[in-house]
Amino acid sequence: MAPIQHDVEDSELELRGFSAPVRSVGHWVIAGVGSVGKGGHLAARAVGTLRQVDIWGPRLVPLFVTIGVASIPIGLFILTFTGMVLAIQASYTLTGTVPNYFVGALVGKTVILELGPALTALALAGRVGASIASELGTMRVTEQIDALESLAYDPVAYLVVPRVLAGMFMFPVVTVFSVVVGIVAGWLTSLAMLDVTTPEFVKGIRFFFDTYDVQFALIKAWSFGLVVTGVGCFYGLQTSGGAEGVGHATTRAVVVGSMIILVLDAFWAAVLL
Amino acid sequence: MSIEIKDIHKSFGEDHVLQGFSLYVREGETISIIGPSGAGKSVTLKTIIGLITPDSGEVWVDGKNVHTLLRPELYELRRQVGYVFQFAALFDSMSVGENVAMGLRRIKGMTEGDIQKRVSYCLHIVDLEGAEERRPAELSGGMRKRAGLARAIATQPKYLLYDEPTTGLDPVTTTTIDGLISRMSDELGVTGIVVTHDMVSAYEISDRIAMLHEGSIRFVGTPDDVRGTDDPVVRGFVEGRPELSRSVQV
Repeated sequence: MAPIQHDVEDSELELRGFSAPVRSVGHWVIAGVGSVGKGGHLAARAVGTLRQVDIWGPRLVPLFVTIGVASIPIGLFILTFTGMVLAIQASYTLTGTVPNYFVGALVGKTVILELGPALTALALAGRVGASIASELGTMRVTEQIDALESLAYDPVAYLVVPRVLAGMFMFPVVTVFSVVVGIVAGWLTSLAMLDVTTPEFVKGIRFFFDTYDVQFALIKAWSFGLVVTGVGCFYGLQTSGGAEGVGHATTRAVVVGSMIILVLDAFWAAVLL
Repeated sequence: MSIEIKDIHKSFGEDHVLQGFSLYVREGETISIIGPSGAGKSVTLKTIIGLITPDSGEVWVDGKNVHTLLRPELYELRRQVGYVFQFAALFDSMSVGENVAMGLRRIKGMTEGDIQKRVSYCLHIVDLEGAEERRPAELSGGMRKRAGLARAIATQPKYLLYDEPTTGLDPVTTTTIDGLISRMSDELGVTGIVVTHDMVSAYEISDRIAMLHEGSIRFVGTPDDVRGTDDPVVRGFVEGRPELSRSVQV
């Protein structure tokens, strides 16, 4: 009897060991589907409250400043160094194989199409997304959102709509600044460190420039602004459990926001290019 | 107009907080709900203004079934209700004056001058004159609570819900707040529900006192009824003698 019992125990243990990861995946999938449903509900409510302009309207301009204007330095910082590195790497890769003006072409094209919008959005997912999630999360756990409700303010109209609109409007603005500075940084680096002249750099940019590239970049930046602010609001409003809950909400907002940015980036490339 | 709570049940996971809670609050009266921490007193208040949806049961405020109202109707009803939060819940991104003005800005026809006058008056009532420009972070706990009270009364609501309005306050401020709650009822006919642990305040301000025990109302009566009751659970709580309550459970 003893060996048989052993076999049963072993197989039970084996089953438990096997089922634990499956259960985890199951929980993860259920939580994911639940979040998508709640996110959809929040989006529908936000659209429904757009007509309450008297609530969200006065809050828009201050949020343009905190979400957009205050984010310009970080965008400029990132794209300055990205432009420099791009110029150096382009020169390193292309020297001796293609004319020098290709450095300008590569810097311009890459910064406008990809690195300007994507890196700016990823940086702002950290700055703006985290800030929104932690602010709304703190408001949630300190009953400030309940207080808003008790004063007959719809929290979606008061907190979510102006933030998302500000993100959708200001992310493209920050991206334009970042792109310009990235290209200028690439140009200055080419002049200072590489064997590329200004006419060659400009020729490369103009040779491959297409106004559609700018539209593409702006569409991406617009969608990234929607995602970063929307995800930040969503996780902020879902917060529970005090300071630890605020920390979790902030982390999730940054991680999920960044992941969606990368997925959207690939989506727009596949659809629009 | 009255508040009527009918057979409310509410669970949070495994925790069945409200188990058939029913209470009728008459127009113009002030009723205190007492009971141990975690008994569901704050949940009850939030259920009354639709911040928490019960699993079953009904809440009627001003002749309206709160949990069947559409969102715009619910906000319309909330304009008639002031809520004093346990930890004040002041908006920390705004000044005290802006906090108090928040509800007033939802009232059509009020000019900025009217709003500022009303803000100053409400802050004066709670002994916070001149605090308009101060930030909530600069206030002590008691001052924050008084600012929260000023915000709740600013819109001159028909109903006031107080979540532990005097907890943590010094005796002088407690007396001031108690006086204010009584004044709201006596002079303005405001219907009030006060959640409190403070029996001195409860006796002072209440027309009736209700005790919440194990998810439902165990006892309702006037302050004199409470003082004279033989119910060991009520006496155990009121007199701070838990052994009386335990003897019933055994």
